Amino acid sequence: MTAVAERAATPATTPRRASRGAGPLLSMLAWIVGLGFFFPVLWMVMTAFKTEAQAVTIPPTVIFTPTFDNFAEVFGGGVGPYLLNSLFATVASTVLVLLLGTPAAFALSLRPVKKTQDVLFFFISTKMLPVVAAIVPIYVVVNYLGALDNVWTLVVLYTAMNLPIAVWMMRSFFLEVPRELLEAASMDGASLWRSLREVVLPIISPGMAATALICMIFAWNEFFFAVNLTASRAATVPVYLVGFITSEGLYFASLCAAATVAALPVVIAGWIAQNKLVQGLSFGAVK
Amino acid sequence: MTTTEAPPQAAPERQTSPAAQRRDGWIRRAPLLPALIFTIIITKLPFLVTIWYSLQSWNLVRPGSQRFVGLENYATVFTDSQFRGVALNSILLTLGSVAIAMVLGLLIALLLNRAFLGRGIVRTLIITPFLITPVAGALLWKSVLFDPTYGLVNFLLSPFGAGQTDWVSTFPRAAVIIALVWQWTPFMMLLILAGLGSQPPEVLEAARMDGATGFAVFREVTLPHLQRFIELGVVLGAIYLVNTFDTIYMMTQGGPGTASANLPFYIYQRAFLGFDIGESAAMGVVTVVATIVVATLALRLIFRSFSAAEEA
Repeated sequence: MTAVAERAATPATTPRRASRGAGPLLSMLAWIVGLGFFFPVLWMVMTAFKTEAQAVTIPPTVIFTPTFDNFAEVFGGGVGPYLLNSLFATVASTVLVLLLGTPAAFALSLRPVKKTQDVLFFFISTKMLPVVAAIVPIYVVVNYLGALDNVWTLVVLYTAMNLPIAVWMMRSFFLEVPRELLEAASMDGASLWRSLREVVLPIISPGMAATALICMIFAWNEFFFAVNLTASRAATVPVYLVGFITSEGLYFASLCAAATVAALPVVIAGWIAQNKLVQGLSFGAVK
Repeated sequence: MTTTEAPPQAAPERQTSPAAQRRDGWIRRAPLLPALIFTIIITKLPFLVTIWYSLQSWNLVRPGSQRFVGLENYATVFTDSQFRGVALNSILLTLGSVAIAMVLGLLIALLLNRAFLGRGIVRTLIITPFLITPVAGALLWKSVLFDPTYGLVNFLLSPFGAGQTDWVSTFPRAAVIIALVWQWTPFMMLLILAGLGSQPPEVLEAARMDGATGFAVFREVTLPHLQRFIELGVVLGAIYLVNTFDTIYMMTQGGPGTASANLPFYIYQRAFLGFDIGESAAMGVVTVVATIVVATLALRLIFRSFSAAEEA
C-alpha cells in the first residue's frame, strides 16, 4: 500500500536545498500534521475494539485488550441488508455510468460533435445546482411511481449524480489517446468498433478504472437521496448509521464499530487510488 | 491542442452532400445521446417541476389544499427572516470551510513537497478524512470528539481550563466548519501537491540562480503557477460544500433553532418535516437562481483553468 503511495507521489519533486538545519524539523512537523489528521480515525477504530466501559473512561483508555464484541453486535444487529443495498446501489450505478458515459466521452473527444463546449458545460452545470431544489419533485414523482424505498431509485439517481463527473474524466483520458494510433488502425482497415476495442480501450482502461472507483466512492457515501427516499427495505449504510445513533444513544464503542464498518471499504479503495482521486475530482485538468 | 471548441476534424472530402453530412452528424452524435437524454430527464426536469410547485399552495398535511397562488410563496420566502439567516449561514459555512481548508491544504502541501522518510505514509494518513463516509465523520466529531463529558477534545483541553463545554450546541457553526475543514483539507492538499509536482524544476533553479530567496521564489514563481490549482480547488470545494447536508444533519440538526442550518437542510426541513411543498419549492428556486449567478462566475474561472491546462 505504502509502496503504491510512495511511487505515486508527485514525480518531479524539487527537494528544497535551503537551510539544512530546518530539514528534520519540517519532516517531524509533517509527521505530526499527518498523525493529527489521521488521529480521529485512529481513535474511532480503537474505540470500536473497546468495551463500552473502556470507551467512556476519563482519562481515555489507551492500552486495552481488543474485543470484537462491538463488531459482532453490529453484524448480528442487522447491518447486513444495509451493506447489501449500498453494495448494489454502488455497483449497479457505476456500471450504468460507464455504459452511458464511455460513448458520450468518446463523442466529446476522439470524434467530437459540434458544440462540444456547450455539451460539456451542460453536463457540469448539473453539478453546480443544489440537489435540494430537485428533491421535492423527485420525491413526489418517485412516490407516484410507487418507487419509494426501492433500491433501483437510488441506482438511477446515483447514475445521474456521477455521470457528469465520469464524462468529464473519461473525456480527458480519451484525449490522451494518440491520434496517430487511431489513424493507423483505420488505414489498416479496422472498423471503428474494432479500433475502439483493440486500440482505444486498452489505453484508457486504467482511466476507466479510476472513474469507476470515484463513482463508487461517491455512491457509497451518498446520504441525501438515501435518507429522503428510502425507509427500511432499501436503506443504505449511511442511513443505517442514523438509525443506529437514535436507537443506541450514547453507546460509543458500538457506534464506532458501526462507523468503521461504514467507512472502511471506501477508505481502503481511496488509499489504493489516491492519485487518481485528485485527477478525477479535478476532471482531469490536473495531470 | 484539442480544445473544447470541437475541431470538425478533417471532414471526409467525398461526403459533401448535405444529406451525407447530416447522417455523419448523427453518427457522431449517437453515442452522446443516451447520456445526454438521461441527464436531462433525471436532473433538469425536476427543476422545471420545482418551478411549477413553487407557484402552488400545497401542504401535504392538508390533503386537497393544492391550488395555484402565483408568487405568494416567494413573498413568504423573502419576508421569512429565518430564510435570510439560513442563506447567510450557507454563505458563511461554505466560504469559511473552503477558505480555511484551502489555506491549510496549501501549507500542508508545501510541507509535504520535500523528500523525507515516510512521505507516502504521511500523505496517506492525511487523505483519510476525505474518504471517510461523511455521516460517519460527522458522528465521530459529534460523539467521540466533541461530547461534553466523554469527548476527547475536552479531555485534551482540560489542562487549559476547558470545562465540560458542549461544543456542538455552544458553537454549532464552528463545530460544523471544523468537521468540514477536517474533511476537505486533504482534497485541497492533494490538488496543490499535484500543482507543485507539475512545476518545472528549471524555472525554480533559474529563480534561485538570480539570487531570489526561498520566500521570494514562492511568491513570484510558485504561487502564480499554483493559481489555477487554487482556483480549481476553491470552485470544486464550493460546489460540493454549498450542498452540505449530511454533516449538518448528523451533528446539529441545523440547531439550536436554525443557528447552523444551511439552505439544503432548511429546505429539507420545510419539505419533509413541515410538508410544505409549495414554500420549499420556492426556496429551492431562489437557491438555484442564486447559485446560477455564483456558478456562472465560477465556471468562467474553471474554464479559464481548463484552457490554460490544455495549452500547457
